[in-house]
Amino acid sequence: MTAVRTPTLAAAKLVFQRDMTLAWRRWDEVAQPLIFYVVVTTMFPLATTPDLSALRVIGGGVVWVAALLASLLALEALFRADVEDGTTEQWVLSGQPLGYLLLAKVAAHWVLTGLPLVIMSPIVGTGLGLPTSVWGVLMSSLLLGTGTLSILGGIGAALTVGVRRGSVLLSLLVLPLAMPLLIFGSRAVSMQMDGDSPAGPLQLLAAIFFMALSLGPIAMSAAIRISVEN
Amino acid sequence: MSWTWFHKLASPPHAYRILGSLAPWFGWASLALILLATWWGLVKAPADYQQGDGFRILYVHAPSAWMSMFTYVVMAVAAGVGLIWRIKLAHAAAAACAPIGASFTFLALATGSIWGKPMWGTWWVWDARLTSELLLLFLYLGYMALRASFDDPQRADRASAVLALVGVINVPIIHYSVNWWSTLHQPASVTKFDKPSIDLAMLIPLFLMIAGFQLYFGWAVSRRLRGEILRRERNANWLKEAA
Repeated sequence: MTAVRTPTLAAAKLVFQRDMTLAWRRWDEVAQPLIFYVVVTTMFPLATTPDLSALRVIGGGVVWVAALLASLLALEALFRADVEDGTTEQWVLSGQPLGYLLLAKVAAHWVLTGLPLVIMSPIVGTGLGLPTSVWGVLMSSLLLGTGTLSILGGIGAALTVGVRRGSVLLSLLVLPLAMPLLIFGSRAVSMQMDGDSPAGPLQLLAAIFFMALSLGPIAMSAAIRISVEN
Repeated sequence: MSWTWFHKLASPPHAYRILGSLAPWFGWASLALILLATWWGLVKAPADYQQGDGFRILYVHAPSAWMSMFTYVVMAVAAGVGLIWRIKLAHAAAAACAPIGASFTFLALATGSIWGKPMWGTWWVWDARLTSELLLLFLYLGYMALRASFDDPQRADRASAVLALVGVINVPIIHYSVNWWSTLHQPASVTKFDKPSIDLAMLIPLFLMIAGFQLYFGWAVSRRLRGEILRRERNANWLKEAA
């Protein structure tokens, strides 16, 4: 009798649903990065100036930096529980392409942390004096940027999964790699504010996203195999 | 054609011997070239018509900036070889490269900022090259931190190899994004020198210095790699016999 293998897409969907269900049962944990995001952006007016026209100059950058830090927060634990209880080992043995399963897990992580940041950003941005005309650009740049960041962070989390005190290390690994996102993302926002077309940086963000989407799973599965095999 | 000589390079005892006999050649040749280039650059080369004698720091700055990138590529190639063909010695070579590359990067940053003080009037400018060099330093530090945080050397090797490869794909993206960012943000305080084609009398010592730095890299890697081999093979029989 030949063994029937679950289609890859169905397996990935199961991974995704499992993570969503787990998150739903611990929603207070899921909300933490979002609260962090709001708190961090609140500190900038307090530390610099409450003058909205002055805040507007740095507003796009502040929103972007806060989003980067907030989405890094939850990444550290992304694979840890699954590696510790042996779930990941079963995935490696399952014969499914590991990269797709990990990508499904990262996608779930993005829906739970990246997407709320994107939705929250107009409100946070308004607090920093950003005009409503940049909402669209702010959200679309964050949409592409947080997606890429989740994949980059997934690679970092897979590498540091067996490491003590991995969260600082994870930030040290991922933040330099995420600099181009920060540059293009905040540029898109400020170009829109200056009345220029933000198409250039947005297209570059999209290009980086698709590159991360195609190469990221390979690096992630290589890193997970290293953590599991030994 | 027989490839035995090539395959033998991956064996630690063999590599240990070869590196031991190569290192002095690299060392003395690099010392000679660096001394010659220093004399040529500091004494013989004419002063710059705009920057005076200040430009002479270029003879340390440009070679170290070049070496910082060169070393990263060597490190990533070694890491890739180690990951694909599972050659332990290649991982050891990547490990040996990282601190050297980080030192070159730091040297390039320090000399750049020393040069910037009289030329730009400030120690630090968010100039594209300085910024991407700084990010390169962060990449080196991240690599070394990841390597140091594993207890199991094999896992450290392979995990840091994945990071080196991810990094090397990212280096051009970082470089171009920073370039683009800086052309849009160019601060007014920076005096843009018009780019004169560099005189041959200034160029020759620069090339000599780069060659000297390359040889120094060869010497430093040979020494460090020998150290790595000793550390990794400390329980091996061939070492006990050799000692």
